[in-house]
Amino acid sequence: MISIKHVSKTFGSGTGATTALDDVSLDVARGEIFGVIGQSGAGKSTLIRAVNLLERPTSGTVTVDGDELTLLSPDQLRVARRKIGMVFQHFNLLAGRTAQGNVELGLEIVGVTGAERRRRSLEILDLVGLGDKAGAYPAELSGGQKQRVGIARALAGNPKILLSDEATSALDPETTRSILDLVKTINVQLGLTVLLITHEMDVVKRVCDSAAMLEHGRILEQGSIVSLISTPGSRLAHELFPLGEVPPHAGNTVIEITFSGGSADRPVIAQLARNYGLDVSILGAAVETIGGKQAGRTRLELPGSPVANAAPIADLRGQGLLVEIVGDGAASWTPSSSSSAEGAHA
Amino acid sequence: MIDPTAPDFWSGLFQVLLVGTGETLYMVGIALLLTVLVGLPLGIVLVGTERGGLFAAPFGSRPLGRVINRVLEFIVNLGRSVPFIILMVALIPLTRLIVGTFIGSTAAIVPLAVVAIPFFARMVEIAIKEVDSGLIEAAESLGATRWQIVSKVLVPESLSTLILGLSTTVTSIINFSAMVGTVAGGGLGQVAIQYGYQRYSTIHMVAVIILIFIIVMILQGTATWLARRFSHRARPARTRTSVPTAI
Repeated sequence: MISIKHVSKTFGSGTGATTALDDVSLDVARGEIFGVIGQSGAGKSTLIRAVNLLERPTSGTVTVDGDELTLLSPDQLRVARRKIGMVFQHFNLLAGRTAQGNVELGLEIVGVTGAERRRRSLEILDLVGLGDKAGAYPAELSGGQKQRVGIARALAGNPKILLSDEATSALDPETTRSILDLVKTINVQLGLTVLLITHEMDVVKRVCDSAAMLEHGRILEQGSIVSLISTPGSRLAHELFPLGEVPPHAGNTVIEITFSGGSADRPVIAQLARNYGLDVSILGAAVETIGGKQAGRTRLELPGSPVANAAPIADLRGQGLLVEIVGDGAASWTPSSSSSAEGAHA
Repeated sequence: MIDPTAPDFWSGLFQVLLVGTGETLYMVGIALLLTVLVGLPLGIVLVGTERGGLFAAPFGSRPLGRVINRVLEFIVNLGRSVPFIILMVALIPLTRLIVGTFIGSTAAIVPLAVVAIPFFARMVEIAIKEVDSGLIEAAESLGATRWQIVSKVLVPESLSTLILGLSTTVTSIINFSAMVGTVAGGGLGQVAIQYGYQRYSTIHMVAVIILIFIIVMILQGTATWLARRFSHRARPARTRTSVPTAI
């Protein structure tokens, strides 16, 4: 649905030039919610603006629903943009128009007139749960309500794609969840393809089918969440299930097991202790429901060196689990976040 | 010297003031109309042709945009810096060309509009620049044309600032309209000069001052009221009695 190929964007020229996007390629499938995660300054905003060409890439192509936008004339581009709704971090609502007036703006631009415009704008406001606030000005609405108006406005022209530029970043956690649920609802009900950018992993966890990680203008990895979870060394997977710093573990082996789908329900650790007589310590665990399925990561400490534990590790891998050895010679990766990591002995 | 005790003094005063007020309102009204018609687009183009603006590259050419910006900038600065009393005289050939004469209220409209247009264009520039660029981006994302962005976003969103700028502009047009009275431009200014100054009638002078003051007050009051009416940014506290329910 959205295909970004070798897109680069450089601001300025000469020695003052900065590269915001560096050879970025991205594919978003029809009907999915795709999240691009990255820290501020990673180039997320430039990337999402490149999709509707609010920011024209220095090189590369952007294809949306079969139209190669980078080749279109300004007039053709305006028409193509009507298929792409966009919501913004700071809502960008017209202060001088009511909620309904803001939604009607989208319809006016497309050329819908009179009674049809009123009918349709109220219908969309109903859809986003603001049917009773049609006459309110943005100054009278809460942040969440403003973003609902923003979403309604983006939906006015019946787009096929919704771009979300940090739509929940200015909202509190509870409101964030309700807005994300709304995005999920319209994704399902209207079959809308959604591309969102965020710096919050929770957003990806809650609604995304696929994700990409952007850093310094480059895509580090991308794919469906399910496949990323089962990819060894995936940074996205590590950040989805943060386990904190690896504690000192002199002489012992620390492993991390990633569960997804069916394996999450099996008593893996109990079996390990029973079958091999091991004193397994659970150093940390994180479990999430992603795409309606349980998935998670557990960090275990096994007595003895990795060599001594070769057999149990092989057994775990034989069960289809992703097992990574951390510390002691293995490529150690220290996560930046340190939540949900509590040491406990099993 | 006018004798205030003469039997027809008050009726004469009334007559003179009525005509003068009519002429002033006529001059100021038409000059104001021209000012809005020319100054508003001028201000919008001034902002638009700046780097990264809406009309930064007319017909796909950035150098053209830059040239337009420089030329307009020059004209506006020129118009703003020449003192009105000089401009008024210097424009006589132009006034004759347009109106056919340089005497009377109709002729006075030309220098008034010429001085007010650059003044108002600057006001428009300031008002338009205050509009959040995110709003332009939102309209662009909806597929708006540049004209739609101007007419549906830039002008409506800066309306209250524009109205306040316009009221400042009117006040200075009224100010200048009194000056054209010195060169037979008519209006209350001419009443003040002819009766108050040349014929020493303090009553005429005071009456003119009061009238002009009343006109300015009415315009200012109306502008402030309209500006508040169109501003939906910060609502007065009493309308916020119902706390917005979460989302």
